[in-house]
Amino acid sequence: MRPPPVDLPIMLVDVTVAAGAVTVLDHVTLTIGTGDPTVLIGPNGAGKTTLLRVVMGLVPVSHGLITWSGRESLPPTRRAILFQRPAMLRRSTAGNVRYALAATGVPRAARQNRAAELLADVGLKGLDRRPARRLSGGEQQRLALARALARNPDVLFLDEPTASLDPAATKSIEDTVRAISARGVKVVMSTHDLGQAKRLGGDIVFLHRGRLVETGPTADFFAAPRSDEARRFIDGELLL
Amino acid sequence: MTGDASALHLVLSGDPELFAIVRLSLLVSLTAVLVAALIGIPFGAFLALTRFPGREAVIVVLNAMMGLPPVVVGLAIYLLLSRSGPLGPLGLLFTPQAMVIAQTVLVAPIIAALSRQTIEDLWVEYRDELAAMNIGPLGRIATLVWDARFSLVTALLAGFGRAAAEVGAIIIVGGNIQGFTRTMTTAIALETSKGDLPLAIGLGIVLISIVIIINTLAWGARRAGERYAG
Repeated sequence: MRPPPVDLPIMLVDVTVAAGAVTVLDHVTLTIGTGDPTVLIGPNGAGKTTLLRVVMGLVPVSHGLITWSGRESLPPTRRAILFQRPAMLRRSTAGNVRYALAATGVPRAARQNRAAELLADVGLKGLDRRPARRLSGGEQQRLALARALARNPDVLFLDEPTASLDPAATKSIEDTVRAISARGVKVVMSTHDLGQAKRLGGDIVFLHRGRLVETGPTADFFAAPRSDEARRFIDGELLL
Repeated sequence: MTGDASALHLVLSGDPELFAIVRLSLLVSLTAVLVAALIGIPFGAFLALTRFPGREAVIVVLNAMMGLPPVVVGLAIYLLLSRSGPLGPLGLLFTPQAMVIAQTVLVAPIIAALSRQTIEDLWVEYRDELAAMNIGPLGRIATLVWDARFSLVTALLAGFGRAAAEVGAIIIVGGNIQGFTRTMTTAIALETSKGDLPLAIGLGIVLISIVIIINTLAWGARRAGERYAG
């Protein structure tokens, strides 16, 4: 068994994030605990990316309070994030993973083998020596996932991990997410794909215009949305 | 014999005096570039990654210092090192060391300013990932300098070009002493004014050839490195 996660629960109380005059997150109150993946959905600009960056600890809140396991500030040693457009370090594919391993204090002698394992896990076996920036978009996404997993996180945030990937690459990422979640890692991800939300989500957080409109178990949310906005979003209406 | 033919003869015959001049020129300029890189790259990285009041002003001044007039730098270092100057007791005036100091002052701003730009561009790209990996300030600088190393070669080349080409600073602090502080540029200036054009032309050819060779080697190293690291 994994030791209990040091970051959980993550609690947001009345969190507001403002960028200049624009309110990106508007008085969001939410608790993220252990369990099946939490999936963030909502139209573009709803605040999904900002919420992920806030819970990762990358964006300071303008108002309200966020705590990781009761602490108001906790360095991201046990959290990892896969950005929607991950930056590739100007190194080899394996070099990117070894860098992430070094950053978490894995001894040098162990990095080579561990990097190979992680690359095999995400289906990048044999590409170790390829410069990371020469990989295809889908391969870069998987490398970034391997890099995030190299941190051996208790909580993994994924920002639209399969946007612009083809079905095969999407399935590969979803399989990995399921496997990670089954190992006891808490997954919090955003997606545009309602099918993916149903396939992976333990519970749903529905955002619209920076506000948290509705949250609940996935089955309940899709079968019986309580809010008018969620019902219209599920029905495929264009929420403006 | 025409000037061109005797210049070529001088170069091809491996004249020992010519060889000594070329050797000293390279030694002074390359040492200055090395020292300037050790100062300029960390300073450029520091400027790229930090925000403080007056930072913009520092950057503007640094960029302006890329165009420092060599004779003015030579004069300033001369005053510092002259017998009655603050560093006079060191006895460095009219030595190769004084020339290295003067060229370092000329080259360091170039390397710092170009490094700052290069590293800041990479920082914008890497910022979120490095924050997410909990990398501290020193680790960030080390990562950015390492990953930008092939681009930083360009900054070093710009610095070397400046050092190899200038005459104003080293002629003032070095004195153009035969066999001791005479370099290619100071010798060209001297021989031209004396009317010994073949030697001046010969040295000019050697100087330009060396600059081309060093740039070619650096360019090749950069291409090879980029192929490997992307």
